[in-house]
Amino acid sequence: MSTDGKVTHMTYREAMRQALRDALLRDPRVFIMGEDVGRYGGCYAVTKGLLEEFGPERIRDTPLSESAFVGAGIGAALGGMRPIVEIMTVNFSLLALDQIVNNAATMLHMSGGQFNIPLVIRMTTGAGRQLAAQHSHSLEGWYAHIPGLRIVAPATLEDARGMLWSALEDPDPVLIFEHNALYNMEGELAADAGAVDLDKAAVRRAGTDVSLITYGGSLWKTVSAAEQLAQSSISAEVIDLRALRPLDTATVVESVCATHRAVIVDEGWRSGGISAEISARIMEEAFYELDAPVVRICGAEVPVPYPKHLEDAALPQSAAIVEAVNRMVGRHG
Amino acid sequence: MPLLAETRQVVLDREHCVSLLRQMMRIRRFEEKCAELYSASKIRGFLHLYVGEEAVAAGAMAILQPDDAIVSTYREHGHALARGVSARTIMAEMYGKQEGCSRGRGGSMHLFDAATRFYGGNAIVGGGLPIAVGLALADKMQGQQRVTACFFGEGAVAEGEFHESMNLAALWRLPVVFCCENNLYAMGTALGRSESEVDLCLKAASYEIAAWPVDGMDVIASEDATRRAYLAVHSGGGPCFLEFRTYRFRAHSMFDPQLYREKQEVEEWKKRDPITALQSRMQEQGLLSEQDLTRLEDEIAGEITDAVQFAENGSLEPIDALTRFVYSEKQSA
Repeated sequence: MSTDGKVTHMTYREAMRQALRDALLRDPRVFIMGEDVGRYGGCYAVTKGLLEEFGPERIRDTPLSESAFVGAGIGAALGGMRPIVEIMTVNFSLLALDQIVNNAATMLHMSGGQFNIPLVIRMTTGAGRQLAAQHSHSLEGWYAHIPGLRIVAPATLEDARGMLWSALEDPDPVLIFEHNALYNMEGELAADAGAVDLDKAAVRRAGTDVSLITYGGSLWKTVSAAEQLAQSSISAEVIDLRALRPLDTATVVESVCATHRAVIVDEGWRSGGISAEISARIMEEAFYELDAPVVRICGAEVPVPYPKHLEDAALPQSAAIVEAVNRMVGRHG
Repeated sequence: MPLLAETRQVVLDREHCVSLLRQMMRIRRFEEKCAELYSASKIRGFLHLYVGEEAVAAGAMAILQPDDAIVSTYREHGHALARGVSARTIMAEMYGKQEGCSRGRGGSMHLFDAATRFYGGNAIVGGGLPIAVGLALADKMQGQQRVTACFFGEGAVAEGEFHESMNLAALWRLPVVFCCENNLYAMGTALGRSESEVDLCLKAASYEIAAWPVDGMDVIASEDATRRAYLAVHSGGGPCFLEFRTYRFRAHSMFDPQLYREKQEVEEWKKRDPITALQSRMQEQGLLSEQDLTRLEDEIAGEITDAVQFAENGSLEPIDALTRFVYSEKQSA
């Protein structure tokens, strides 16, 4: 290909927009629907410019009716379209929970396999912008609880660019969780970057002493912690789960069997969260490989507060990861 | 009821009336058999009978075309039968057999049938409306000249999804016929005890939707109203709303002592039984003989016996197939 080897400098937001644009160009059944996706250009400016290029039929501004437009996405998917529904934040998605959980996730099963729902729902998740307790939560772990849904969390430019097309090709509902702190992240993306798988975890940094298991917005804090640990000769492996459902237990277990230590980093709350699930699977499949109890570094059990110092304290940070690993390997710093 | 009086003057077409009568009688006899089979523990779970409301399904389905889509509720046996889903597969579904129209996975509340575009069987009140909006959106975007009919009870008007869906369908001028079956009680809650405004058409009209009440105990009136709505919707005029004023003769489900209504009220409504009403009108005009009636009863009894036999002979899905239909087994086109 003529684009081989070429890279473009861009943000995560631009990678996502490129993916949307590509999908709209490739498949006439694809359309985008959500609050302020058109004229406004998207709450997080992901869809900026798409209305001008593709028109109001395919870039559909909706009323503030999460349940109706998510349900309409389900209906349109049943009717032969390939809708991409954007929900401003995961907190707002709770207004559409009935449609997501009772319809999107169940209809294939209830209908005995007759009605699959090829629907993609994108939404922002996570804290870090001082948006307080109704715009900052990380509820993707809740959704990962639901059979019938596929849950992915792109944390890299490649995944921001590649997961959407794979999600559109999937015959069943896929929820894409985009951490708001990632939109401005810059990097290099191959000009010919394309679809990526939706069910394998990725080892983002190889290591031998401890496995740091994370996803989404916490990935780069975890990578940063691993870099700091390397300076004190602790080799940390960083696993980016990428998908929370299905959960790639095999990659996690393989890593833990090699390092014999596991730290899970999740911005979601600890109690009943996805970190508990990952920990349980490690117990079930690698218990005798462990040299130390699994450690979890999660969001503090508090609605996310507004002031920066409290918000920072409520979220997993690199320093806490470094400290936990040091304690685990018997070093105190 | 003035609407009944209006249609009483109409000269009836014998063949057509017989087909409407047959549909209503099929539904009535089928459900009487269901109640019996429920008592015999052949059918379990919830069973919501439509007895008394048959004129709505028979009248509306007489107008809808094979290409159109139907979205229904948990009280949908009548809709499914009148739509053309076979009595055999509906009965097998209630038996939980894999020959059922949803492979036994749904039961009474979740009848689905791709061949007749019957999209359930939705047991969350109001939950089907956004899906109907989406099906209609898909048709409009694809230039399909077809209609989606969405059935729901008057209880649904209290749900946010009703209002969101009315607005979205009207805003986008989508081809939906909203068929509200007002049987006066949302389970045990009378309309006047749950709504500040009990004029349902007024609610729909507030969204700029053409809306009118229909005598839902009169199958001819139900058919005429549906025709009028259908033509308006089909010609691109946006959605219509029909309030079918009807009554449920039996309990809400099989576990309902009916403490919320007077026996006298039920008896009064039974005097307006849609089946005997049509029979009388046909007899008055010399369109129905005793022989005709006996022949109809015999045919229907034969169909129901056959359906029960089919269900009895059906097979249970092997337990090792339990987790099928959570995700698609093939890639969608």
